[in-house]
Amino acid sequence: MSKAAKPCIGVLAIQGDYAAHAQALAEAGAEPCEVRQPEELAGLDGLVLPGGESTTMLKFLEKRHFFKALQDFCRTMPVFGTCAGSILLAREVRSPAQRSLGLLDAVVERNAYGRQIDSSIETAETSLPGGPLEMVFIRAPRIVEIGPGVEALAYREGYPTLVRQGMVMAATFHPELSADRRVHRMFVEIAAGIRAV
Amino acid sequence: MSKENGTKQIATTGLRLKVGLAEMLKGGVIMDVMSVEQARIAEEAGAVSVMALERVPAMIRAEGGVARMAKPSLIKAIIQAVTIPVMAKARIGHFAEAQILQELGVDFIDESEVLTPADEAHHIDKHAFTTPFVCGARNLGEALRRIAEGAAMIRTKGEAGTGDVVHAVQHMRQITREMRQLTVLTEQELYAAAKELQAPYELVRMVAQTGKLPVPNFSAGGIATPADAALMMQLGAEAIFVGSGIFMKERATPLDVENNPKEREEAVSRAKAIVIATTHYNDPKILAEVSEQVTGTMKGLAAAAIEEKELLQTRGW
Repeated sequence: MSKAAKPCIGVLAIQGDYAAHAQALAEAGAEPCEVRQPEELAGLDGLVLPGGESTTMLKFLEKRHFFKALQDFCRTMPVFGTCAGSILLAREVRSPAQRSLGLLDAVVERNAYGRQIDSSIETAETSLPGGPLEMVFIRAPRIVEIGPGVEALAYREGYPTLVRQGMVMAATFHPELSADRRVHRMFVEIAAGIRAV
Repeated sequence: MSKENGTKQIATTGLRLKVGLAEMLKGGVIMDVMSVEQARIAEEAGAVSVMALERVPAMIRAEGGVARMAKPSLIKAIIQAVTIPVMAKARIGHFAEAQILQELGVDFIDESEVLTPADEAHHIDKHAFTTPFVCGARNLGEALRRIAEGAAMIRTKGEAGTGDVVHAVQHMRQITREMRQLTVLTEQELYAAAKELQAPYELVRMVAQTGKLPVPNFSAGGIATPADAALMMQLGAEAIFVGSGIFMKERATPLDVENNPKEREEAVSRAKAIVIATTHYNDPKILAEVSEQVTGTMKGLAAAAIEEKELLQTRGW
């Protein structure tokens, strides 16, 4: 992304920690903007589905063909979901089952570690260069299954916590709540790469 | 020394997790519910969280008596019924109620002026808990004192149970004005400002540097319509609590959502409309649409008509 303008990355701003993501994206070299309506997806170089309540986000996506618009956008453009966002991206959602975009070949279990008292901050090895990665888990889901085309970049207790499948990235933790910007930088680079093509 | 450092480390991690959950609720609506059925309606309407309680503020106000923490059986049933976070209220200073709520697995504890205070001098030491706390405030000093005690979220107090938004507006304006004023003070002036605010200097300095609270700032107390929610969001609230506004018809009578389909539909329409208005708070076209869809609104009670000693917001200090 040498001389080109910064990639413009949308953050789904129905509800959740979209402001924290916008800040993280700006720090990672992107131009963030908030998306509350399907029309606002036009012209974006990528999209972040933030943390929050996936049930609430789904209610909004079920209106005004937002769900379909999001699916169409994410089939050709980079998308990154954290926590609730990873639930929305999954092929299948468990406990309980709910509708999802089916863009990531993975099965995700909601609230898999328990309630808020079971939330935690873990540090673990990652295949991202630069050493161990801090991971903030808040009422976190768990990726219990991934397809062959999905690469796991970090784990917790043997389950993938950060995954990539082509232009789709998902984290069950909240990189936007840590100071380390490696995860967001990786996503911004994917978006910048698409833009350069 | 090393032990002290260790403790501090835990406190920092704990606070990050607590504020982290508050971050996830931003832009959403937290609804007061008195039954499993109401909790289901709230979740179905798109609430980000529900507050489990036995009587909503409008009923407490009308019926009187001592208002306490909700029954554990009710809280457990609601936790079982929904997948969104569940909050519950403890009386001001009643740390034993808070311990019970933490034990039940409640995700956020509201140390609330809506219940009858249990301590006239001390709020709960919220650092002592793993579960995050939200507390009400009418001004910046009060907000910072609660944060010093460990609150991970502040909400305006407003005047609960009235359906009159006037005091929520007053408290939000007061807090944001006092924060703006701090940002133009010199370093030397901040010490005197801390004294006047009766708040710790470190927190006052933090607000002076950033212009905002170090924890999310939500709004509560009298929000009854989609327009009220949009108003509070435009005034700077980061999310909305709705107490009596969804499930009440007259002052002390809830809509019968269990047996009366028409009344159930009314509650659903109010809940959905407030959720949409909170997300699209800056879009008058959508606000007009959802305001039109609402059938009926809580009757309400003008806050100006309430006698000083009957105000809930003056509880806590």
